[in-house]
Amino acid sequence: MASQLATAGGPANPVPPAGKRKSVMGTRPWVAGLFLLPAIVLLGALVVYPIGYSVWRSLYDADGSGFVGLGNYGDLFSDDATFTAVKNTAIWVAVAPALVTGLGLIFAVLTERVRWSTAFKLVIFMPMAISMLAAGIIFRLVYEADPDQGVANAVVVGVHDTFAESSVYPKARPSAVSDLKASGGGSFTSTGTVRAGSPALLPLVGIAPNKVPGSPGDAKAAESSGDGVSGTVWLDFKLGGGGAKGAVDAGEKALPGIEVEAVRDGKVVASAKAGDDGTFTLPASADGAQLRLPASNFAAAYNGVDWLGPSLVTPAIIGAYAWMWAGFAMVLIAAGLAGVDRNLLEAARVDGANEWQVFRRVTIPLLAPVLVVVLITLMINVMKIFDLIYIIAPQPTQDEANVLALQLYNSYTGGGGNLGLASAIGVVLLLLVMPVMIVNIRRLRRERRR
Amino acid sequence: MTAPSVPLKAGPRTAETAGPPGRSLVSRLASGASGGVLRVFLILVALLWVTPTVGLLASSFRDPTDIADSGWWDVFSKPSQLTTESYSTLLGKEVITDSLLNTIYITVPATLIVIVIGSMAGYAFAWMDFKGRDWWFLAVVALLVVPVQIALIPMSDLFGDLGIFGSITGVVLFHVGFGLPFAIFLLRNFFAEIPRELLEAARLDGAGEIRLFTTVILPLGGPAIASLGIFQFLWVWNDMLVALVFSDSDSRPLTVALTEQTRQFSGNIETLAPGAFISMVIPLAVFFAFQRQFVSGVMAGAVK
Repeated sequence: MASQLATAGGPANPVPPAGKRKSVMGTRPWVAGLFLLPAIVLLGALVVYPIGYSVWRSLYDADGSGFVGLGNYGDLFSDDATFTAVKNTAIWVAVAPALVTGLGLIFAVLTERVRWSTAFKLVIFMPMAISMLAAGIIFRLVYEADPDQGVANAVVVGVHDTFAESSVYPKARPSAVSDLKASGGGSFTSTGTVRAGSPALLPLVGIAPNKVPGSPGDAKAAESSGDGVSGTVWLDFKLGGGGAKGAVDAGEKALPGIEVEAVRDGKVVASAKAGDDGTFTLPASADGAQLRLPASNFAAAYNGVDWLGPSLVTPAIIGAYAWMWAGFAMVLIAAGLAGVDRNLLEAARVDGANEWQVFRRVTIPLLAPVLVVVLITLMINVMKIFDLIYIIAPQPTQDEANVLALQLYNSYTGGGGNLGLASAIGVVLLLLVMPVMIVNIRRLRRERRR
Repeated sequence: MTAPSVPLKAGPRTAETAGPPGRSLVSRLASGASGGVLRVFLILVALLWVTPTVGLLASSFRDPTDIADSGWWDVFSKPSQLTTESYSTLLGKEVITDSLLNTIYITVPATLIVIVIGSMAGYAFAWMDFKGRDWWFLAVVALLVVPVQIALIPMSDLFGDLGIFGSITGVVLFHVGFGLPFAIFLLRNFFAEIPRELLEAARLDGAGEIRLFTTVILPLGGPAIASLGIFQFLWVWNDMLVALVFSDSDSRPLTVALTEQTRQFSGNIETLAPGAFISMVIPLAVFFAFQRQFVSGVMAGAVK
């Protein structure tokens, strides 16, 4: 696969033609040895030796004294922490490469004929240049739970509040002197009834006067309004105190937007909203009814999604990964797309296929080799994913987001580190990429023989 | 799902191979309308992609009180909030400046050594005749996908025995080891494409292996060496895991210094945001300056 990638990567790295090349006239073997020596020594000591060491070490227990055979490999599945890691790695491998390849395919196909596609590709590809650490910090900021900090929740809350009305005064409650009593479910109902011509007073407390949302004006006592029932909802408290309880005093704030319902025999007969000066007017049908402030006035504000909580932390981090790698898939697939023979597409169109059928039945099969390369590359990459999870998952949910590479690191460094188990995880990671290694070798040998 | 059909239909190439007459007007109208939709969609996607980075950038230019008070998007309505205070505070911290230097001390040698040793081996594999050459090269190719994780524990033991655990030397060595398979693979393939006549002519002029290597192979291998250099540089510069294991408080690079900050997150965006941005500046500069080599290097090297 590597060689195929290298070809797709551009003019810089073609695969050489086959055939036995002779050396440039009589190189002595020891000269070749000298040129190779540093590489062989370093690869042997730094890459090959560790593989052997890890395999051997994985057969011993935590402190390396007792031989446990394949016991550590069994623990991978029986131990809760490592089993979560195995499970999450499987989720990552199943979801992330497919998602990223899908995004890359969509972007590559859509930008094919757009004039500013280079600019678009630059934007999508840019995250490939930065470290997983930086990407992790970027996405911790995106996923911040507070809608005033994290842009993801700001959007979610914004959309939610557009469709579901949000309450403006979550902490307000009736003052002690008022006639309003809690009537279940968070609403408040007056014990007495209202009469047309005698304005109702609905004093609330529980909000600091300087923290009233929207900084409304002062409240005004409602005037009687003929047949209708009028009244005032206001904050019966002002900074510095003063004023009579239960009366609208100068300087006390109006609470505009509060909904007031007139209830008779448990049924809502009329409703109104308090205006900018806190006053409201109900029609004559409200005469003799009780007044109720429904719970929706006081509901706690919607705070968005707990992105990094136990249930969403892995999908959230996969999202961050897709952000980083979609550009990679896009560029490779776009290169493949450029090599697709237009005549085949045109022939299908002449045969009466619509564009979707052409895409589905002709373009995709022609792209299949590239798509496979992209998928496999991403799978290898995802099996070893570490930094993103280490950075994005907060401490309390890091166990839920655990993957093999992270578990290896934790078994190695964490308290009560278990080098035997950590080595076994390393060997498992190697075994997982083994098929790709074999494919690489076989392709290379085939190219040699040709 | 009409979207994927759009680019297939619209655009200059369809004109050359236009279908039966009479269809073209309809399809042109259709593609004009969906072209608008497509453009809007792509612009939205692009916005979605830059927003996270813009968020980090905007946060890095606000002071802690503003950060605690409101979202970073506030800077668009209140540009007066912009301040470089976080940067000057951060760059005043010795931990950060030292680790930035360490990043350079690690990245530069790890890149140069891989280039030198990789091109020597690449040349030997491409142009020298010795017993078992193809087998040795196969072995190198097999090592392309070995995950670094498997070497963390054995190398800590080995480096401990050698007395280089926790030193810059150890981190550099590790990066060299895991950078070499790809370097050799890439360079050998490129060097093998150099025309034989050039090498033979140089040889007839009496050049030895070393002169061939330095006067023919290295200059002609420039593009591949550039791709490799850029890729290896970024890989080491952006690395966190290797440095997390093998460096100590005196040798840790910027990524590790910042990682420690993330352990107590919400209170210190004012450190993390500018820190992350400083760590991104060099990679982004490299990215924009060498887009071509960068793209080919990253794509060829993604197998790692």
